Amino acid sequence: MKLNKHGYFYLIWMAIFIAIPLLMVVYFAFTSGDSQSISSADFSLENFKRFFTPMYLEVLKKSVQLALISTIICLLLGYPVAYIISKAKLKYRNILILLFVIPMWMNFLLRTYAWLTLLGKNGIINLMITKLGFQPLDLLYNDIAVLLGMVYNFLPFMVLPIFSILTKMDNSLIEASWDLGANRLKTFLKVTFPLSLPGVISGITMVFIPAVSTFVISSLLGGNKTYLIGNLIEQQFRYTGDWHFGSAMSIILMVFILISMALTSKFDKGKEGEGGGLW
Amino acid sequence: MVKKQLSRIYAALIFVFLYAPIVVLIIFSFNNSKSRGNWDGFTIKWYIQLFKNKEILRSLYYTLIIAITSSLISTIMGTFAAIGIYDMKGFTKKFALNLNYLPVLNPDIVTAVSFMVLFKMAKLELGIITIILAHITFCTPYVVLSVLPKLKQMNKHLAEAALDLGATPFYAIRKVIIPQIMPGIVTGALLAFTLSIDDFVISFFTAGKGVSNLSIMIYSMARRGINPVINALSTLMFLTLMVLLLIIYKRSEKEEEKVIE
Repeated sequence: MKLNKHGYFYLIWMAIFIAIPLLMVVYFAFTSGDSQSISSADFSLENFKRFFTPMYLEVLKKSVQLALISTIICLLLGYPVAYIISKAKLKYRNILILLFVIPMWMNFLLRTYAWLTLLGKNGIINLMITKLGFQPLDLLYNDIAVLLGMVYNFLPFMVLPIFSILTKMDNSLIEASWDLGANRLKTFLKVTFPLSLPGVISGITMVFIPAVSTFVISSLLGGNKTYLIGNLIEQQFRYTGDWHFGSAMSIILMVFILISMALTSKFDKGKEGEGGGLW
Repeated sequence: MVKKQLSRIYAALIFVFLYAPIVVLIIFSFNNSKSRGNWDGFTIKWYIQLFKNKEILRSLYYTLIIAITSSLISTIMGTFAAIGIYDMKGFTKKFALNLNYLPVLNPDIVTAVSFMVLFKMAKLELGIITIILAHITFCTPYVVLSVLPKLKQMNKHLAEAALDLGATPFYAIRKVIIPQIMPGIVTGALLAFTLSIDDFVISFFTAGKGVSNLSIMIYSMARRGINPVINALSTLMFLTLMVLLLIIYKRSEKEEEKVIE
């Protein structure tokens, strides 16, 4: 039975709405001239030259830094959670993971907004601090607040893939390791953790990508001080109207993410090869 | 035993971290004072203000219209696309799968920006139509991804048997293939619906003046600072969510019992 013809409409749709627009962005990135018009533009690398100056590179560096730190925190906080929940009794396990996912179903902006209430000048945390007799702190509108927002929003993206791989894991391997005389720590380091690596890798990419490209968290919790590359792109398209420069930055962001994904998948494969060697 | 206690405490702390902001929002939606620091007595005035706020109600209406339309269309298109891709071979299949992955892996903001460029170049006026088009496009890949595994598990010979027994190809798809992949379609539809309801970035770049969904509304209100009306809105949304999840959970529990019986 020939079914493949049903896919062609979708291919045409995706070509129009995904492929062509991306090519347009690439075109705008490599041209300069009148913004927002496609005919009166000449080839140039001006936009990239403009980006690779200290001011903008600093923004890129900061975005990557914050995204990396939040990814690491998510991994350190999230792995134990995934492990604990996966080891819980079957009866509780589903309820626990459901409880973990519920906040993620809240609107993303509301979750970020919630931290405004907690961290603000007369927010709950500062209220407690002043009640204890200390000076109120500037908790909001700095890098720490942005990091907190990232970790809070993206932690489930780290926990879920690790959790699902840990629950699928063959328990007899762990028992075998105990039988062969390894202690708990060694079993974890040599058996459980290596086997869960694919989950860790997909967790890392699922946290890193939204963290490096966010502009919502930084503009709500970071105030005007914390500018990330996402904010720059938003500004170019929504306010300044310089599509050429905005497109160039989008391309840089995309290439950056592609490279980091290629790196992590390579790392994943390398480990898998090692695992294969074990057998 | 100590270890077990420690891991319990750790898990409890993480749950506190996850729920504390939401609980605080809910409590302060009943707070009389506008500056959130101190408790100033119980009130429901923010809820009354919420239901009097035409802008918020309109954006809620838009959000639902957009989510229903785009998840419906993307479920139909995604299901047929998955059936098609499943039967493709070689380069075409690889190409189709990669094209499907592109919006999933690309950062939201890049996809959003490229939609904006496309719509402006095509001289389409940014508004509800452009939002729906964009939502259909970014939701469909997820439908395809949830239907494809079910197709791989399906017994291919059944459809062929249907054809041998005189069914037309469309009838075979409707009566033989679709029932077998139904769980994947339902998952995909739910995923598309939630993605569309929750979306901010794509909508933000494809919405024109005058049209906004809830996310855009919340963003513009939150940028102006704290607003107790948002707290009331969050509370209502959270409660709706809890009720929905509870219903789904009870239903799946019942189904599991049926399976066991």
